[in-house]
Amino acid sequence: MTDTIDKNDPTRRDFLYITTAVFGATGAATVAWPLIHQLNPDASVSALSSVEADISSIPEGGSLKVAWRGKPVFIRRRTKEEINIAEKEDAENLPHPEKDEERVKNKEWLVVVGVCTHLGCIPIADKGDFGGWFCPCHGSHYDISGRIRKGPAPTNLEVPPYEFVNENIIRIG
Amino acid sequence: MNHDHEYTPSNGFTKWLDKRLPLIRFADENMLSFPTPKNLNYFWTFGFILTLCLVTQIITGIVLAMHYTPHVLMAFDSIEHIMRDVNYGWLIRYIHANGASMFFLAVFIHMFRGLYYGSYKEPREILWILGVVIFLLMIITAFMGYVLVWGQMSFWGATVITNLVATIPVVGESILTLLLGGFSVDNPTLNRFFSLHYLLPFVIFGVVILHIWALHVTGNNNPTGISVKDSNDTISFHPYYTVKDLFAYVVFLLMFSYFIFYNPNILGHPDNYIEADPMVTPAHIVPEWYLLPFYAILRAVPDKLMGVLLMFGSIVVLFFLPWLDTMKVRSARYRPTYKIFYFTFLVCCLLLGYLGGQAPEGIYLFLSRVCTIYYFAFFLVVMPILSKYERPSPMPIGISNPAINNNLEMDDNLVPSGNN
Repeated sequence: MTDTIDKNDPTRRDFLYITTAVFGATGAATVAWPLIHQLNPDASVSALSSVEADISSIPEGGSLKVAWRGKPVFIRRRTKEEINIAEKEDAENLPHPEKDEERVKNKEWLVVVGVCTHLGCIPIADKGDFGGWFCPCHGSHYDISGRIRKGPAPTNLEVPPYEFVNENIIRIG
Repeated sequence: MNHDHEYTPSNGFTKWLDKRLPLIRFADENMLSFPTPKNLNYFWTFGFILTLCLVTQIITGIVLAMHYTPHVLMAFDSIEHIMRDVNYGWLIRYIHANGASMFFLAVFIHMFRGLYYGSYKEPREILWILGVVIFLLMIITAFMGYVLVWGQMSFWGATVITNLVATIPVVGESILTLLLGGFSVDNPTLNRFFSLHYLLPFVIFGVVILHIWALHVTGNNNPTGISVKDSNDTISFHPYYTVKDLFAYVVFLLMFSYFIFYNPNILGHPDNYIEADPMVTPAHIVPEWYLLPFYAILRAVPDKLMGVLLMFGSIVVLFFLPWLDTMKVRSARYRPTYKIFYFTFLVCCLLLGYLGGQAPEGIYLFLSRVCTIYYFAFFLVVMPILSKYERPSPMPIGISNPAINNNLEMDDNLVPSGNN
């Protein structure tokens, strides 16, 4: 070939630079991923993500606290009155609007993760202005459906995945 | 800087060494004959004190790591083992625990000194920014160290602080899980905090070297804020400031010793002598005293994400200080209006520290909000406005020349003559 070389044209050297850089970057990312992913929950942690609880001994108005994924889960057997209040308050102007029926599988049983959605403290039962829970850390009030009513928490108490295995057993997770 | 003295190797060996690795020359230029403004007051001794604080923490920390067990079932007991069984374990742990408090006390004084005398201003912007980086690293390191004790405050402090990450929209929850290595603070979290708590002090050490390097390029600021002009303005670091720094350090050690030997737990929280229980939250979760002002800002805001942003913002804003305060006159000594706002700011920070330890309700919440607003207004409103409108009071011509400078060309006075 006799034509002159235009300086702006890509050369074989440019190709080599780019190829090398791409290979280098891919290699770095390949090595980086295991180093990052090892920080995620390991197999032994993930294996513990289901727990069963015996609820036969909980009286009406009583509750049980079980550990699931290292966090407490509140299982509360609500009284008729409490259910009525929770449903009546569906109409209130809630910070995080959810109907009581959306939050339970069986009206009598409220199952929520007992971790304040603000910064992760454990709310105290039967305290606060709304008959449910009160978080002592930064003052969030939850009602008897576990819904945030007052304070800095942005959302309602989380409802974990659960099912009634039989009359006496709930499986969480 | 004027070098009126140059290192000359005195014997055969030092001559031989100087040609190969000029270690002694380096030490001489940077530590012994380093020209330092002759008017530095005791607030300038805190750099030296802080270096020794870091060294103390590293030495005691390495020793503690020899006896500590980073496992949720054994961590708390191994701390008690250190306190009761290990020879002088109680002493080493109390030095390390109170050493962290002393470290922060010294760094706060160091930073407020910089703020008063304008040490962040041109040409020391990088020096200041490196300092803020060190401060951030210190906070992260101290927080992780506190978790290692695995008491109730350790556990719940860790829960609250790591949950701040979850406020990031969309990816927050995934990052939180990645950070914790689980769905809550647990053994994987403790393990990695131990690893990082061991690593970060050495990172801090590296940044400290950069910080001192930057200092030795621009030279020290001084209480007048007027740049050094010639060798009449400086004295050699050794013996003048080595002695002054050492004396200040001895006084500092006296106070440090009071805490170690007479009141070793006063700065901690009694709840941290209760082993961590993931199922029970203490009634009041409070961080260590040195983080209380930031905690107060977090709680002052009713919105979760905004609270987190403001808390981090309160430190991030420090990075921009050199460009928020563009007043050429450095020292508050010649800035009567700035001085008033400065001391108000100081009181505001102390008050935030107090409020961070109180329940977030009523008058405490109200005051937290007022102080938070002033905290940010000081940097974002007061500083830019004063830079434009404040009239500095009369200044001397130079460090060694007390005659009033009638030439209002301040620039001339402030530009460093370092490279002349």
